[in-house]
Amino acid sequence: MAKKEIDLNRVPVAKQDPEVRARNFEEVSLGYRWDEAVKEASRCLQCPKPVCKDGCPVNVLIPEFIKALQEGDMDKAVRALKDKNSLPSVCGRVCPQEEQCEVACVLARKGAPVAIGRLERYVADWALNYSREDDSVPSDVSPSGRRVAVVGAGPAGLTCAADLAKMGHEVTLFEGLHTAGGVLKYGIPEFRLPKRIVQAEVDYVTSLGVTIELDNVVGRTETVDDLFEEGFDAVFLAPGAGAPMFLNIPGENLNNVYSANEFLTRVNLMKAYRFPEYDTPIRSGSRVAVVGGGNVAMDASRCALRLGAEKVYIIYRRSEHEMPAREEERENAKEEGVIFKILTNPRRFIGDEQANVRAVECYEMELGEPDASGRRRPIAKPDTAFELEIDTAIIALGTRPNPVIPTTTPGLELTREGTIATDFKTGRTSRTGVWCGGDMATGAATVISAMGAGKRAAADIDAYLRAL
Amino acid sequence: MFPILEKQDLTPVIHLWKIRAPRVARKANAGQFIILRHGEEGERIPLTIADWDREAGTVTVVFMEVGATTEKLAALKAGDAIDDFVGPLGKPTEIDRYGDVVCVAGGFAIATIVPIARELKAAGNRVVSIMGFRSKDLVFWEDKLGEFSDDLIVATDDGSYGRKGLVTEPLKEILETQKVDRVIAIGPTVMMKFASLTSKPFGVPTVVSLNPIMVDGTGMCGACRVEVGGETRLACVDGPDFDGHTVDWDLLLSRQRAYVDPETVSVARLHQCEGGCQNG
Ligand SMILES: Cc1cc2nc3c(=O)[nH]c(=O)nc-3n(C[C@H](O)[C@H](O)[C@H](O)COP(=O)(O)OP(=O)(O)OC[C@H]3O[C@@H](n4cnc5c(N)ncnc54)[C@H](O)[C@@H]3O)c2cc1C
Ligand SMILES: Cc1cc2nc3c(=O)[nH]c(=O)nc-3n(C[C@H](O)[C@H](O)[C@H](O)COP(=O)(O)OP(=O)(O)OC[C@H]3O[C@@H](n4cnc5c(N)ncnc54)[C@H](O)[C@@H]3O)c2cc1C
Ligand code: SF4
Ligand code: SF4
Ligand code: FES
Repeated sequence: MAKKEIDLNRVPVAKQDPEVRARNFEEVSLGYRWDEAVKEASRCLQCPKPVCKDGCPVNVLIPEFIKALQEGDMDKAVRALKDKNSLPSVCGRVCPQEEQCEVACVLARKGAPVAIGRLERYVADWALNYSREDDSVPSDVSPSGRRVAVVGAGPAGLTCAADLAKMGHEVTLFEGLHTAGGVLKYGIPEFRLPKRIVQAEVDYVTSLGVTIELDNVVGRTETVDDLFEEGFDAVFLAPGAGAPMFLNIPGENLNNVYSANEFLTRVNLMKAYRFPEYDTPIRSGSRVAVVGGGNVAMDASRCALRLGAEKVYIIYRRSEHEMPAREEERENAKEEGVIFKILTNPRRFIGDEQANVRAVECYEMELGEPDASGRRRPIAKPDTAFELEIDTAIIALGTRPNPVIPTTTPGLELTREGTIATDFKTGRTSRTGVWCGGDMATGAATVISAMGAGKRAAADIDAYLRAL
Repeated sequence: MFPILEKQDLTPVIHLWKIRAPRVARKANAGQFIILRHGEEGERIPLTIADWDREAGTVTVVFMEVGATTEKLAALKAGDAIDDFVGPLGKPTEIDRYGDVVCVAGGFAIATIVPIARELKAAGNRVVSIMGFRSKDLVFWEDKLGEFSDDLIVATDDGSYGRKGLVTEPLKEILETQKVDRVIAIGPTVMMKFASLTSKPFGVPTVVSLNPIMVDGTGMCGACRVEVGGETRLACVDGPDFDGHTVDWDLLLSRQRAYVDPETVSVARLHQCEGGCQNG
């Protein structure tokens, strides 16, 4: 076969116009059309040593699914994609591909990696709409007679539950909230990840025979010990890292100062953006300050715009170079009009007579020597204090593990950060019969790494159960 | 789904539900609460557990109509079922043999304090209870609280029943004339604030049950931040019970008012729909 010519023109993806989308909650990226997907797929060189796969935390069969797409065999493409990834519609949208599969693609060196994420989204969405294939539990799997309790219905829990069900185990998934999906439902906004897509993935997991018990906060409603008493043979803990962090500066408890978790939960989970049709209110004003520089800060700032804000500021104490948020999301936020105030740190919030926030006092920062994280340490510049008039503030500093499960489960070793000490290869904890994965084991990370942890734990749990 | 087995109207605006929720019943203790939600558009709201029956698998809650959500819930009847009912949340009220305890409760919180009075009595305390209401037509459960109290004082703001005046007056008298080892005050925030101010000069430990606005009730959102002893705490996981003498009451009162404007929109909308709108 003749050597394939290298095409360095990544097929762009259509997006909603920034001015329009900044006022609605519809999905920003419109995804590829059929012809665009095939054209982009044709850029893949089908490398004999597909390095892209190594970049993916769950080793998706990237060249295989892309080849099937090139050839127009969609059923085959779906099968290849789902072989390693049970939530492809989600990953195609929210994976940091530029740091994972796409950065590893050989074409990345030429600055034009194959748009693996967009192709993944295309194939996965096609499957949601048109697939007639039955990818439920293979008929040759016989019930093992073993019962597993999975705690937390985020990506780690859903993935682990799905894999264990496919291996023939009886799985119950316990979720504290009134709906399954974890951060995919309560954190990541509709315009980045439509909730009907998350629900379709959840429905797929139940179609495998997994029972989902909502409204069950493990540690409160039932403890891990209760679960063993009820006859579960193994427990997989995947409660995420859901506790918000605050700045601990004066005025932080004024009205209209939100944690990003509360702000996003009201908007996404409780649909406050449709108030009063939905009962949960939100107070998002016309001048909003979001403190932080990660994906969560980008999501919160873009929600505030869509709720009608005139000015939304991102306040971040280092430079944009150090921001942990994905570049794509930073660009989207800027296009929509979010104002970046970098090298700026809040000192206190100032309230009005009704104890509503009316301003934030900030000071300027400069970067010094690199700190333990390898990033240059921000230092306050003297005499640079200034006030920014605002009526809403959102603290998006990240999250910590919630202590509810650790403090009610004897025999679990914890790390200094409050995560459950876990062997990352197997998901095993210090307690026999209890596994852990996702953000509770690693601290806040990514959807795909949580899924990978769910998969590895499922394999180890399966081996354990078969040896019982 | 969580079926409503029984509904009672304790007063025209205070209602009792007995709900089938075996898992919650099994773990419930005095002072804990649940969060419920009903309907796709529904809000999550916390209600204190007023009673439970572990064998029958039932939990009792008592709620007062104060806004759109509680008004909608009031329309549900026995035989209906609510979508979500999660708990028990928060820490149980600390129960010990303190000696002489005064329980002070106002309005719907009478239902909340009954199981606490019962546990205190069972632990060997002498329990004096003070219950306060706006007026006679709002009085309920005098007999129930009386059952676990060595002494019971009823007060109404307008004097239409029992003593005339606020609960803080009899509380002060008792603190002045009797040995008191602990005060437990539950009710509207203003009442808890003044009960705490009343007991403070006497140096009697005073426990209050705070009710800030909540969303998840599990320590995830931070909506329920309160300041106690100069520190920020989450009422849903660190409480709801706290030391009344060190609570920042004004902060709590202002945070509870955070949504007053949007809530009036909700109520107006609800009432407009009662006038015949089709899809709600
Ligand atoms: C706003 C936001 C944006 C993000 N954007 C991205 C992105 O673009 N790309 C990306 O890869 N990652 C992103 N992340 C990170 C990613 O969402 C998480 O790393 C991932 O969801 C972790 O998965 P998990 O399964 O460990 O936990 P979670 O998704 O947190 O799910 C945990 C589930 O457990 C439930 N639970 C908690 N405690 C209990 C209990 N005691 N009993 C029962 N259930 C319990 C929770 O309610 C929740 O449903 C984002 C995170 C946030 C907050
Ligand atoms: C731990 C706890 C236990 C409670 N126990 C009871 C109880 O046993 N019986 C009872 O009648 N009420 C109880 N409440 C208060 C009850 O939750 C509110 O009355 C209810 O949420 C009001 O909703 P609404 O839409 O009808 O009224 P709204 O018009 O929304 O609000 C009326 C008032 O209720 C408060 N409120 C509104 N939403 C919430 C929320 N999500 N969380 C907390 N407070 C809110 C507001 O401060 C407001 O002042 C408790 C609250 C807490 C935090
Ligand atoms: S799952 Fe994520 S990292 Fe893996 S191939 Fe898909 S988009 Fe890339
Ligand atoms: S490395 Fe890039 S070009 Fe090669 S197979 Fe993977 S996606 Fe295709
Ligand atoms: S209600 Fe969300 S943290 Fe307490």
